[in-house]
Amino acid sequence: MKEFAYQRALDVSGALALLDADPDARFLGGGTNLVDLMKTGVERPTRLVDVRELPLDRIEVPADGGLRIGATVTNSDLAAHPEVRRRYPALTQAVLAGASGQLRNMATVGGNLLQRTRCGYFADVTKPCNKRVPGSGCPAVEGEHHNHAILGASAHCVATHPSDMGVALAAFDAVVSYETSDGPGELPLAEFYLPVGDTPHRETALPPGALITGVTLPPAPVAAHSRYRKVRERASYAFAIGSIAAALDVRDGVVQDVRLAFGAVASRPWRARTAERALAGAPADAETFAAAADAELAAAKPLPHNGYKVTLMRNLVVAVLTELAEETAR
Amino acid sequence: MAPVPSSTYSAITLNINGEKHTLSVDHRTTLLDALRERLDLTGTKKGCDQGQCGACTVLLDGRRAVSCLQLAVAAEGREITTIEGVAEGERLHPVQQAFLDLDGYQCGYCTPGQICSAIAVIEEHAAGWPSAATDDVRPEAGPPPLTPEEIRERMSGNLCRCGAYVSIVQAVARAAGAEVETAKAEEAAA
Amino acid sequence: MTTATTTTGTRAVKGSVGSAHTRVEGRDKVTGAARYAGEIPFAELAHGWLALSTVARGRIRSVDTAPVLAMPGVLAVLHHENAPRVDTDYVGLLGTPDPTAAVFQHDRVPHMGWPVALVVAETSEQAREAAEALVVHYEQEPHDVAFSADRPDAYPLDNFGPAVTQKGDLETGLAASAVVVDAEYTTPEEHHNPMEPHAATALWDGGRLEVVDSNQGTFWVASEIANMFSLDPASVRVRSEHVGGGFGSKGLRAHQVAAVMAATVLQRPVRVIMTRRQMFSLTGYRSPTTQRVRLGADADGRLRALDHSSLSLTSTVHEFIEACAAPARVMYDADAHHTANRLVRLDVPTPTFMRAPGEAPGSFALESALDELAEKCGIDPIELRVRNEPERGPVSGLPFSSRNLLACFREGARRFGWADRDPRPGLRRDGRWLLGTGTAAASFGAGAGPSTAAVTAEADGTFTVRVNAADIGTGARTALTLVAADALETTPDQIRVHIGDSDLGPAMIAGGSTGTRSWSWAVMIAAGELRERLALNTGIPPEGITVRSDTTAAIGALSRKERHSFGAQFAEVAVDPATGEVRVRRMLGIFAAGRIVNPLTARSQLVGGMTWGISMALHEEAVRDRATGGHYGADLAGYHVASHADVPHIEADWVDDVDPDDPVGIKGIGEVGIVGAAAAVANAVWHATGVRHRNLPIRPDRVLTAGGHA
Repeated sequence: MKEFAYQRALDVSGALALLDADPDARFLGGGTNLVDLMKTGVERPTRLVDVRELPLDRIEVPADGGLRIGATVTNSDLAAHPEVRRRYPALTQAVLAGASGQLRNMATVGGNLLQRTRCGYFADVTKPCNKRVPGSGCPAVEGEHHNHAILGASAHCVATHPSDMGVALAAFDAVVSYETSDGPGELPLAEFYLPVGDTPHRETALPPGALITGVTLPPAPVAAHSRYRKVRERASYAFAIGSIAAALDVRDGVVQDVRLAFGAVASRPWRARTAERALAGAPADAETFAAAADAELAAAKPLPHNGYKVTLMRNLVVAVLTELAEETAR
Repeated sequence: MAPVPSSTYSAITLNINGEKHTLSVDHRTTLLDALRERLDLTGTKKGCDQGQCGACTVLLDGRRAVSCLQLAVAAEGREITTIEGVAEGERLHPVQQAFLDLDGYQCGYCTPGQICSAIAVIEEHAAGWPSAATDDVRPEAGPPPLTPEEIRERMSGNLCRCGAYVSIVQAVARAAGAEVETAKAEEAAA
Repeated sequence: MTTATTTTGTRAVKGSVGSAHTRVEGRDKVTGAARYAGEIPFAELAHGWLALSTVARGRIRSVDTAPVLAMPGVLAVLHHENAPRVDTDYVGLLGTPDPTAAVFQHDRVPHMGWPVALVVAETSEQAREAAEALVVHYEQEPHDVAFSADRPDAYPLDNFGPAVTQKGDLETGLAASAVVVDAEYTTPEEHHNPMEPHAATALWDGGRLEVVDSNQGTFWVASEIANMFSLDPASVRVRSEHVGGGFGSKGLRAHQVAAVMAATVLQRPVRVIMTRRQMFSLTGYRSPTTQRVRLGADADGRLRALDHSSLSLTSTVHEFIEACAAPARVMYDADAHHTANRLVRLDVPTPTFMRAPGEAPGSFALESALDELAEKCGIDPIELRVRNEPERGPVSGLPFSSRNLLACFREGARRFGWADRDPRPGLRRDGRWLLGTGTAAASFGAGAGPSTAAVTAEADGTFTVRVNAADIGTGARTALTLVAADALETTPDQIRVHIGDSDLGPAMIAGGSTGTRSWSWAVMIAAGELRERLALNTGIPPEGITVRSDTTAAIGALSRKERHSFGAQFAEVAVDPATGEVRVRRMLGIFAAGRIVNPLTARSQLVGGMTWGISMALHEEAVRDRATGGHYGADLAGYHVASHADVPHIEADWVDDVDPDDPVGIKGIGEVGIVGAAAAVANAVWHATGVRHRNLPIRPDRVLTAGGHA
């Protein structure tokens, strides 16, 4: 780890000013990803601006419903919040499915959105990686990739986004708020992550030097009936090999409203809009769910060793939507 | 060898187990290394140094955290509790006692982290926090009972390579019961 | 099943052995007071950080030391051009040394992650950054890390037993068999990953070299260091009081040698601790294996032919073979019986002993094949084993010292509820989960190694036991306390046991499930003689009365027999065919493993082994990247070991099985718990789904790809 300067910011404008002054500076939130990457040499900042104590640690319930979540709210506080549990249970489940109790106490919502892929080539500075060193190549395509992307990837990078929280946020149309020294801005989560293309090192549409200040969830009655299911290679404390956030409203056996997002299949939390369109107004049965999943996964381009993810995601869609539909029927 | 404060070093005061320690730290120094290499508080263990094993678990402002990913300089102003600070004098914390009595360890290296984590698990559960093992997370469903399955999920951030999980879960369950009993007794006495 | 009092030989022992005692060092462990190797403070301590090769094969052209030496706090950079020379031309306790530990002796790089330099600095942060900044230029050569069953360069290697055993005509036996199983099984590269990383501090003190280390035998490591550095053995002291797990990985490794070199060059204490990532290249591992098992049987399941052939890998610098075919030489007989262990040398690090070497992966293949045979014959898997229980060692022809395998199966079947089992696969469902049960047999050799001990009757009426044991989490310190208490006819609180210090003298290492037996033997002899001396009632002088023992002759006099622990493993699993997830719901292991000294810690150790079995069956797999020759995901997030949530309630218990030839009746329990456990899980997965999984670990993607009942 390279030596670095450290400063603690007490307000947003102060934080922005400190970062502006140093192009190789990084904001430090919970540190659960950044400090690890600094130890492995993937990140080598010259300055850390600690934003953990900024007054962005509140979860507010606007009058119109929805939720406004401050960027420094910890994963634990987000998951435990009664309004999150009541109105967006899949978000609580997604957060609780991630990492460990210790890490959830440290990690923040803003940091979670910006966490880097857990691809083993990215994390190992002795190996090539287009995301870490543009132009150096992607060894995963020919090498180890059983847990890499099947959707939206390119020959330049097949890494997945590791967030569980982000999958639920994607399903619920989250909007990311940020501040820059030129003023505030907003990005819907759908536009927050950039397509991979030939620039996998450019991950988000945030302007340079921007500080995430919060995430807003619009009101979504369907979200009260939602679920997150995560499949991984041990029962806990592991990144997903496939996950799904789903919300379903069924009346008289017909889908009224549905939200679907996939995790661990793409460079970003994958909102399954094709499947959602196929489901809207359709009968809520296993065949429809399977057909909708197939429609979404028709775009999948699996590699030799991750084709199982197509089966896995299809099965997850059917299983979770069936569960939700059966609960509605009860 | 104490380095002078500069852009990459800071003089800080850490509040550990109720005692204040002033030291100059390289900003790169993690809380874990500060405890082990600077303050001779070696009860907190380094298993992976990457947040992947839980051996370095301490309590930060009463909540469990991995000290290997916590920079020491960023821990200034927070209340830090390590394994050395959980017993009351000679009297072991109920979690420590349960680990000892039920053989909730073998080599002992993950043990301080398991114990600090378990103390927090019992508190998190008491505060009504759900877990990934909780069927219904809605507040209306009420707090889940602290079943072995709940304990296992909540403790999963602490790896034990000797394979002492079965006894650890029993120890946490016993300590949780003991804590409930103690609280009831205190209530009755009050 | 536990007996509180037993008679062994002619000596009646009292109630400490056989009754549960919490660990004597337990309070230190739960309060954080127990200090491990990297935790002993030293004045003027310097920190060493290893720099490892970033190519898998080639030569070091140059090491750019100048920029690193100019970095803050850096004291030295040791590498092949300036490091002290060491000797590797000797034979130690376990044979010739693995040259991986003899660091910085030449410019050749035989694998990715080979130690190329040690950077020493005032602080660990400075050392780490400098080591990572060190630029090393290589002349890279093409590497070969491709391990597969059809390697033409594989060769048989004798190692702790012959490479090949054969009797009868295999092909004739198979041809004459009514039922034949012919299957290939694979197990991946697995790593010990003790929670405490390898750590050593070396310093010269008054002409003596002292090393504070974490290892499985201080006398062993001290001897290796003395040999390597051509030192008088008496001038080397190695201490290792608390050890945060070993599992076979903690012998002489690069960190101790590098620390000794740096302490010698700098003349101040130097500590070297490996990172988790470095451990994947430098501390040994279990080789991947590919195994072919052929079984031929009559319709009633009686074996006519058995063939177990195994291939494992090693490095280009040292031979280590994973002898997977070994269990077949003990477990089952057939007129045609053939076993072979072969090896291939690749550009990879040297593998080593890992909990139940040979037996753990070997039993996965053999005990899975037995289950396949039971299925084909339509015979209950336990009954199949009953029908094939040998009278004598199938290969050696020697009698068993005791073989209570069937007693384990009987007791296990009763407690597990095996009698109610419907043998047909894929029938039981609980919501999204398919349920199944499986069983497998276990065995592990019961040995002992020469040890010395000294037992002192103190003037105050207490006793001090000095025996160079290593307690790597086994509970050895406590077990020896109990053994000594009974031998001296006193209570455990009157006994102090000193271990983990090479100055205590020669003793067996904590390995091969022999530790507690070997050390107890030495304690028994010394304590017995001391009791005779005390019976003379001559009074105890202020310095006490000390009796020393050496078991070399007694162990050498043991008659040749097949000496093993045995066990029966049972598992119930749930498989979600939609997601490929496998969960173990419960496990039971019943063992015949000699006299159990401390039921509390013994149960922990056996359950720990079974937990390793779950981990091996479902999780553990180190992935080697063919392009670079290095690991992919060499950390605890990439290499999964079982977490709390993966481990259900596991029960371990035992049947009476006192070893008649051991003074305490001990056989050893460190390894038998993992043997057969992965097979029991895999057999249960078949019972749940109807699909055989012959490649470990049984990951979700493999379950999904294998298909089957859904």
